[in-house]
Amino acid sequence: MSTGLEEVPLSATGERRAVTADAGRAPGADWIIVTRALARAYDMGGEIVRALRGVDLGIRRNEYVAIMGPSGSGKSTLMNLIGCLDTPSAGEYWLNGTLVSAMSEDELARVRNKEIGFVFQTFNLLPRASALQNVELPLVYAGVPADARRRRAAAALERVQLGERMHHRPNELSGGQRQRVAIARALVNEPSILLADEPTGNLDSATSEEIMRVFEELAQHGQTVVMVTHEPDIAAHARRVVVLRDGVIASDETQAQFMKRVGLEVA
Amino acid sequence: MKLLDAVRLALYQLRVQKLKSFFTLLGVMIGVMFLIAVVSIVEGMGRYVEEDFASRLIGANSFTVRRFDNVMGGGPRGADARAAQRRPPLRMSDIEAVRAALPPTMPSTITSETFKYATAPGARPKQLQTVAADANYFAIKKYLVEKGRAFTEQEVRAGSPVLVIGTEVAEHFFPGLNPEGRQLRVAGIPFTVIGVVEKQGSVFGFSLDRLAIAPYTSPMQRIIRPQKDFGSLVVQAADQAAIAEGMELARGALRGIRGLRASEPDNFGLVTQDAAFGFIKQLKGRLVLFGTALPAISLVVGAMVIMNIMLVAVAERTREIGVRKALGARRQDIMAQFLVESATLSTIGAAIGIGLGIGIAELIAAFSPLPAAVAPWSIAAAIVTGAGVGIAAGLYPASRASQLDPIAALRSE
Repeated sequence: MSTGLEEVPLSATGERRAVTADAGRAPGADWIIVTRALARAYDMGGEIVRALRGVDLGIRRNEYVAIMGPSGSGKSTLMNLIGCLDTPSAGEYWLNGTLVSAMSEDELARVRNKEIGFVFQTFNLLPRASALQNVELPLVYAGVPADARRRRAAAALERVQLGERMHHRPNELSGGQRQRVAIARALVNEPSILLADEPTGNLDSATSEEIMRVFEELAQHGQTVVMVTHEPDIAAHARRVVVLRDGVIASDETQAQFMKRVGLEVA
Repeated sequence: MKLLDAVRLALYQLRVQKLKSFFTLLGVMIGVMFLIAVVSIVEGMGRYVEEDFASRLIGANSFTVRRFDNVMGGGPRGADARAAQRRPPLRMSDIEAVRAALPPTMPSTITSETFKYATAPGARPKQLQTVAADANYFAIKKYLVEKGRAFTEQEVRAGSPVLVIGTEVAEHFFPGLNPEGRQLRVAGIPFTVIGVVEKQGSVFGFSLDRLAIAPYTSPMQRIIRPQKDFGSLVVQAADQAAIAEGMELARGALRGIRGLRASEPDNFGLVTQDAAFGFIKQLKGRLVLFGTALPAISLVVGAMVIMNIMLVAVAERTREIGVRKALGARRQDIMAQFLVESATLSTIGAAIGIGLGIGIAELIAAFSPLPAAVAPWSIAAAIVTGAGVGIAAGLYPASRASQLDPIAALRSE
């Protein structure tokens, strides 16, 4: 568990309410993510399933937020929308001052490349490429030339303490090392947000702690981190925990409030 | 994503799945292999025909003065045909005028040809290629007389009924005997054989050894040309430039003696080897067309194979495509990746096919009478075809891949 539970100032509830109510207006530079009445419905063969029913969410620069919820709560849907993998059926999504909810496929791809750093539960590394080549991938799609690519990818791997294993293949790395490669890949293009989906789901508890320490360090160095999880232990590492239920926000608490409510011990 | 990166990625995929890649490019490889082999053989045949056949019939360094233009192949049609029919036949006055205009460096021979039956006691009648010609016919046509001799100027002046025959004629009428001094009746008229021309061989089944050559002053002329005109005047010239010069001299002489005004076109034919070449090129063109039909079908099959295997590859790599899209690959990046992959595969298959095709062509040339000449254009065409087939075959799978929903793709497997 991290220390200094009250140290990092959270965007106060009043400010959040104000920014999410201001429909149509671009939020200030300090707000990385603002969603207003964000909704997503699917047509499942005639029947409409409302996965997200109107979510107002405001996340400031350098926040470390966990999004929690049981399956069916809509957290995966919200994550896909935040990650620009999907477009909402209704509402607005402002990412770093730009309205992305109305963007085209190609524009969204650009945004994903530049602004979002994905970390997946199953790592999703290319199995027959080296760690270095894996980390280079976002730069390939950004059109960065080969030598600059290699330099930046190597630097990203150093940041996660994998400088010595640059040329290893994923199957030559442990689970924790693979996830660190994935984190390096997510960081290499200097994204606005690091979006992690159950990043410790495939790791044992010791390695999970190791990876959570990496995220903690990145958050301390100024990276905005959004972590989606269904485990309260993992969510408790974040400074702020948003809980979803049935497609809406059920609670939005500080780390201390959340831990106290779910009965977790403060370290 | 830049092209070089895409090609590198494609080559990497190929290395990583060698066996599957090999089966993918097998169809294109076989198609191209047969394409190259067939084209090489046809080109070889064409070259052989050009060099041997046409030279024999017309002679490399000569041109022919005739009534009509075309030696072989299609004749003029429609209005041109009617106009041609009105042309006057070639007469002695024409021939003498042309001969007077030509320099001594350009000898010429009168020739008239047709096919007539010949008979001799003790043998079945046989159709021969009968020729009524001048004494220098043999020199101009480069026909060596191996037995006996050709007829002389005096015999031409005298109009002697002497005959020089081809090897096939000699074997048919006088098997195992010396034909010199023996009699052969052509269209019932008796001729005395004085010589045998050396074996020429045959081209496309047309035997060149059925000749029966007599002086044009002998009864042979009347047999071939009852109307008292002549078939042609073959003029020998040293080289292409001389041919051109000689043709102009002949043209001038003929137009003069026939009283043609400047506005009137030629009412005679001046034919060179080029005309025959034209016909042969046409023939070769048709052969290439037919010969490449089968390999083309093989290439279509090869394209189908590539498309199918690429579809499987896309299905197997759905998750990878999802990850790439999540990391920022646009539709065109994914499309390009798979198109380049199938094009690279296909081009490599074509390259291997070219190598094998050349090998087959060489083998055939070495172990059979068929000649083979690898044409550079066919190699370039094969490479372009290889890339083209890969792109065409990969279009549908690449399109499918590019349109995958990243969320669904990430969930698969």
